[in-house]
Amino acid sequence: MTALFLVGLIKAVVLLLILLTVLAYLSLFERKVIAHIQTRWGPYRVGPHGLLQPLADGLKFLFKEDPTPAAADRFVYFLAPFLALTLALTSVAVIPFGPATIRILGVETRLGVADLNIGLLIIFSVTALGVYGIALAGWSSNSKYSLLGGLRSSAQMISYELALTLSVVGVLLMAGSFSLRDIVNAQSGRTAWGFLPAWTIVAAPFPQIIGFFCYFVAAVAETNRAPFDLPEAESELVAGFHTEYASFKFAMFFMAEYANMITVSCLATIMFFGGWTSPFPATPLWGWTLFLPTVCFAAFGAYLVWDGLRYETALGKTILPALGLALIALGILFAAVPGVNGVVQGPFWFLLKVFAFLFVYVWTRATFPRFRYDQLMSVGWKVLLPMSIVNVVLTSAAILRWSPK
Amino acid sequence: MSAQLAVFFLLAALAVAGAVSLIFARHPIRSALSLIVVMVALAGLYLLLGAEFVAAVQIIVYAGAIMVLFVFVIMLLNAGEEERTNFSRLAKTAGLPLAVALGAFLAAAAAKYAPSSGTGTAAASTKTLSTMLFRDFVFPFELTSFLILIAILGALVLAQREG
Amino acid sequence: MVATSYYLVLSAILFGLGVVGFVFRRNVITIFMSIELMLNAVNLAFVAFSQALGKLDGQVFVLFVIVVAAAEATVGLGVIILIARQRQSLNVERVNLLKL
Repeated sequence: MTALFLVGLIKAVVLLLILLTVLAYLSLFERKVIAHIQTRWGPYRVGPHGLLQPLADGLKFLFKEDPTPAAADRFVYFLAPFLALTLALTSVAVIPFGPATIRILGVETRLGVADLNIGLLIIFSVTALGVYGIALAGWSSNSKYSLLGGLRSSAQMISYELALTLSVVGVLLMAGSFSLRDIVNAQSGRTAWGFLPAWTIVAAPFPQIIGFFCYFVAAVAETNRAPFDLPEAESELVAGFHTEYASFKFAMFFMAEYANMITVSCLATIMFFGGWTSPFPATPLWGWTLFLPTVCFAAFGAYLVWDGLRYETALGKTILPALGLALIALGILFAAVPGVNGVVQGPFWFLLKVFAFLFVYVWTRATFPRFRYDQLMSVGWKVLLPMSIVNVVLTSAAILRWSPK
Repeated sequence: MSAQLAVFFLLAALAVAGAVSLIFARHPIRSALSLIVVMVALAGLYLLLGAEFVAAVQIIVYAGAIMVLFVFVIMLLNAGEEERTNFSRLAKTAGLPLAVALGAFLAAAAAKYAPSSGTGTAAASTKTLSTMLFRDFVFPFELTSFLILIAILGALVLAQREG
Repeated sequence: MVATSYYLVLSAILFGLGVVGFVFRRNVITIFMSIELMLNAVNLAFVAFSQALGKLDGQVFVLFVIVVAAAEATVGLGVIILIARQRQSLNVERVNLLKL
């Protein structure tokens, strides 16, 4: 009993540490990608290729002055960023990373902190509660801009929440369960239309293309990201609901937004793109794809070594080749030790797909102009909501016609 | 004391603390936050009772949408702290003890309840719940959708009357 | 397994606190929130009975109560906003005439 509790605690702590590191480096990733899309370099001074930039940003946030507005409601003012960050980090707990089981403290556990019957509903509950972080932040700052930004932001979030939850119903109908592991298992072990992997977005009886489109647009709006970020953009409404927040509290909102992005990307891969299943069939002809993690890690490591040896600063010349050699060693470890390759397959494909979604997120931010607020609300209510309802109706009709159970 | 009983007491204490804070808070926003705490504690109790779908619906709909509506209205109306009016001394002296007596009477009546043996052992999964909702209770279900339509129309009409 | 009477006692206490809030507070929004507290207490009793008797009717009824509470909150808060704008105050003691 206590062993189970300890194992859960260890998994949660490890996941939290990894998540916080990924959040920090996601900000660097975003800045570099947006910069390269705009034909400039992004951060490259602080550490080789700007790799120590998140550390510098973190130190800045810790040491900056932290003023509190005069007439702000202190308890709610301090509560709002904590609420936003805590809820954003909680929803990662129900996400499954792979089908394999590993052994911690003598207990066989699956990869993923918890697997609940209603895992998907838990994520939606946490998203629904996340509106409070923003609404209370806007209200407690006791400033016109914050209040307006907070009201607009939270109204946008609750409007797109409807389209978000309805667009997922098609997936639930085809998988038959709320549990995220069951949803991924329903997409593995067979092929769709003979040659494609059985992912929900292409699977019989009704490929969830409309559903995926509605889900992704609603998710971008729900996480207050461009092109739906009018309430918090820098050139509008000062800075929206986090105008009056400085240093660490602003960093908490910032991290909460990235954590929401990661959650939404994880959900999109699990529900529409097969989660941890590989795009290649599991036949012996494709057995070589089992070594793709090794090949990717080793290739990337070799590139880092080559790039590091040509780098200008001495720090770069030492850190980058060291990182590269570590990655090559990791790749060889996957191939050499037999058990490890089996465990690594699931998380490798899962993280690759999540990474692709995060790239699409940053890409849309750099590419599209912002929606005006009334256009934003009208898209949410008049376009996305009817489209998701139509998707539900069509999916149900297709299931009744072609694969009734 | 089993783990279930400990969790029950923890959640019950949280719910009662939230309810007390609701009725004694000066500022409406504190009351709203306390009510959200009560609802989350109750969702935890529903999970303890095995009603997982109802717990999720409680958080998504009740705490995540209806209470957001309350918070919006408090923010829009810029509700400040409640003013103190000395309305009636009778209410202050006799009111609180009588209210405590009412609560104690209800609680005592409830504590004497001993359930008869269960007449069914339906597992409370979403599947069984939805089967019952769409088979036995389909008429009230359609009526509630009609009710929501009426509420939407009512809210639209109220929002248009600008005096 | 927690006995059903524990849940019922908690439900009764929450209901009593809701009644106290409803009767003694003067801010109309707080009164409305006390009503929601009473509805929640009743929901808890429904779910507790549903588990005790082993039937799911209690949980289905809880879903209906939540929907009705949503509809009620929508229209009620709309009326509250209109009255507050007319009267410039959220105090129920100021809304004591039939003429607005």
